[in-house]
Amino acid sequence: MSARAAELPWWADALVMPVLNLALAFLVSGGVLLALGEDPIECVQIMFNGAFSSGSGIGYTLFYATNFIFTGLAFAVAFHAGLFNIGVEGQAYIAGLGVALASLYFEFLPAPVIILLAIVFSAAFGAAWAFIPAYLQAKRGSHLVITTIMFNFIATALMAFLLVNFLKPDGDMAPETRTFAEHARMPLLQDVFGWFGLTMAQSPLNLSFVWALICAAAVSLLVWRTRLGYELRTLGASPDAAVYAGMPVTRLTVIALMISGALGGFLALNEVMGSQNRLTLEFSGGYGFVGIAVALMGRSRSIGIILAAILFGALYQGGAELAFDKPNITRDMVVLVQGLVILMAGALEHMLRPTVGRLFAGCSTTATAQEA
Amino acid sequence: MLTRTIIAITATALMAGAAIAADKIKPAVVYDLGGKNDKSFNQGVFDGATKFQKETGIKFRDFEIQNDSQREQALRNFASKGFSPILAVGFSQAQAVAKIADEFPKTQFGIIDMVVDKPNVASIVFKEHEGSFLVGMLAEMAAKSGKVGFVGGMDIPLIRRFACGYVGGAKAANPKAEVFQNMTGTTGAAWNDPVKGGELAKAQFAQGADVVYHAAGGTGVGVLQAAADAKKLGIGVDSNQNGMHPGSVLTSMLKRVDVAAYTLFDAAKNGKFKAGVQALGLAEGGVGWALDKNNKALITSEMQKAVDTATADIKSGKIVVHDYMSDSKCPY
Repeated sequence: MSARAAELPWWADALVMPVLNLALAFLVSGGVLLALGEDPIECVQIMFNGAFSSGSGIGYTLFYATNFIFTGLAFAVAFHAGLFNIGVEGQAYIAGLGVALASLYFEFLPAPVIILLAIVFSAAFGAAWAFIPAYLQAKRGSHLVITTIMFNFIATALMAFLLVNFLKPDGDMAPETRTFAEHARMPLLQDVFGWFGLTMAQSPLNLSFVWALICAAAVSLLVWRTRLGYELRTLGASPDAAVYAGMPVTRLTVIALMISGALGGFLALNEVMGSQNRLTLEFSGGYGFVGIAVALMGRSRSIGIILAAILFGALYQGGAELAFDKPNITRDMVVLVQGLVILMAGALEHMLRPTVGRLFAGCSTTATAQEA
Repeated sequence: MLTRTIIAITATALMAGAAIAADKIKPAVVYDLGGKNDKSFNQGVFDGATKFQKETGIKFRDFEIQNDSQREQALRNFASKGFSPILAVGFSQAQAVAKIADEFPKTQFGIIDMVVDKPNVASIVFKEHEGSFLVGMLAEMAAKSGKVGFVGGMDIPLIRRFACGYVGGAKAANPKAEVFQNMTGTTGAAWNDPVKGGELAKAQFAQGADVVYHAAGGTGVGVLQAAADAKKLGIGVDSNQNGMHPGSVLTSMLKRVDVAAYTLFDAAKNGKFKAGVQALGLAEGGVGWALDKNNKALITSEMQKAVDTATADIKSGKIVVHDYMSDSKCPY
């Protein structure tokens, strides 16, 4: 009975559930805001206006969304193959090395070539960092969740070591590389618009956003329209069936995780090459972990991931505006709201599902009864 | 070059204009990632700004950033809403301040612990080596063994500047002084690792040190605790930490970021905002050492006299404490 009740029509799964979860998250946050003596409606207005009402606000929202599209896609590709890649954070962090390599050591090349190299290097570094856990999972059966999360720590230590000892210019305080040359950066969209005589508000939104959309389309094609995608989905749905059908399970596991790592690595394009213009400590800033929630909320579909990424981008940007406009609301409060959304959309996703399922089941039974 | 001169001229003209409407300033603070309740550096700025608010009734606004992208965003947000002066806390803000200062040449900016060379930015740096020199003297005079220790936070030139001044002071009090030095780490995590700080201090005590000075932010809490546990002496930093373990903290090297924040706002209010580098040392009251009821019994009149003489000599220029950051070397 309960198993049948949990089955939802696809549109309810894709629309009703996320909206309900989101509403619940805002309801709880609203309670906290009330307790703080703030008007929740006004706060939601500030957040919404901050994220969408100005050109610069939209720019920042989409800038953060770019990060989430990359990490969400990264998680989703592995998830289709039944693999839980918690290591996107570390893979993206290491990919920063690839970007820095292209922007610092190949700066004698023209801009388009540097951008191309940065894309290739960031993908390669991200994929390479995913390779070891992937190999261990496929060949030795080491638990992927454990190895990938541990590799995040190794990545943090390795990057700190490299930045402090080799990449930092002498005499500088902050452990970060020198700033990239003007032409070795990812062009900002405001500059790209400027080439065509159009003006756009100030924001760190850059061409990585376009690349993120291209990646979303490519992932969609890969997963749903290619043989490899079919094999990945088979592996995810039933590993036994995949083995029985003669699919190379070991190779598929490694390939899925390396694609995942490469996609996660593109985060470095946006943050390092597009916004900071230098390799900094901890630039991956937890985006890799939020990507898990984005992928779950977006139901691992490209369109869903883009929408969920924009939602989280709006939460980040609107949250900053809220903290800015309301001295009473600290940044910790904003993190709390973001955390509640992640909790409701991710972890507690199944809390409401049986109830909603039963409702739908009830409706359809009535409908059938009336027809009869 | 020409544009820069023009900017400089306009900026000066506008600053003169600001002097007329001086009492209507809208000050703002952008903290570093540590946040305004870090019990040390950022909080010092908050305290100074709060004092200014209380005394003048002019409200200030502040913002705690959550990630690196928000540095520019917060500065631009304040600037575009007419806030001025805008004080950025910490050396990590330098790039953002430089960029936004160009975008808003009419707005007055301040930055602490870093130099940003723009016509509308006041860069406030401290001569930590001078204050460290004084506490180095005190440490050496209080140490019966002649051995003293130093625990730094993150291994950066700024902290080596503390260490170098400290060694200089110890050697000035006793040419045979032996100084142990340890840095906690090489990343930001080194500012907040009291356990490791305590271990490093214990190791230095085991080597025979009697007094250990820390310049390590939150890590220093462990250093002072270890000193109290071992019945030895610790030295605090930035704010007055004498009261944390009364009787076990010899003194604290004061770095008056609160004074810096207060002075910047006050200057802007009176139309006396000045761009350029302001190095606050002993003579400017920017650094010093703490003497209160908690450590009165630990400081003998002989120690006090020696330090007072050294203070006067540093102020007059008779003693020049070497600045590590000027040549990345420590001659002591």
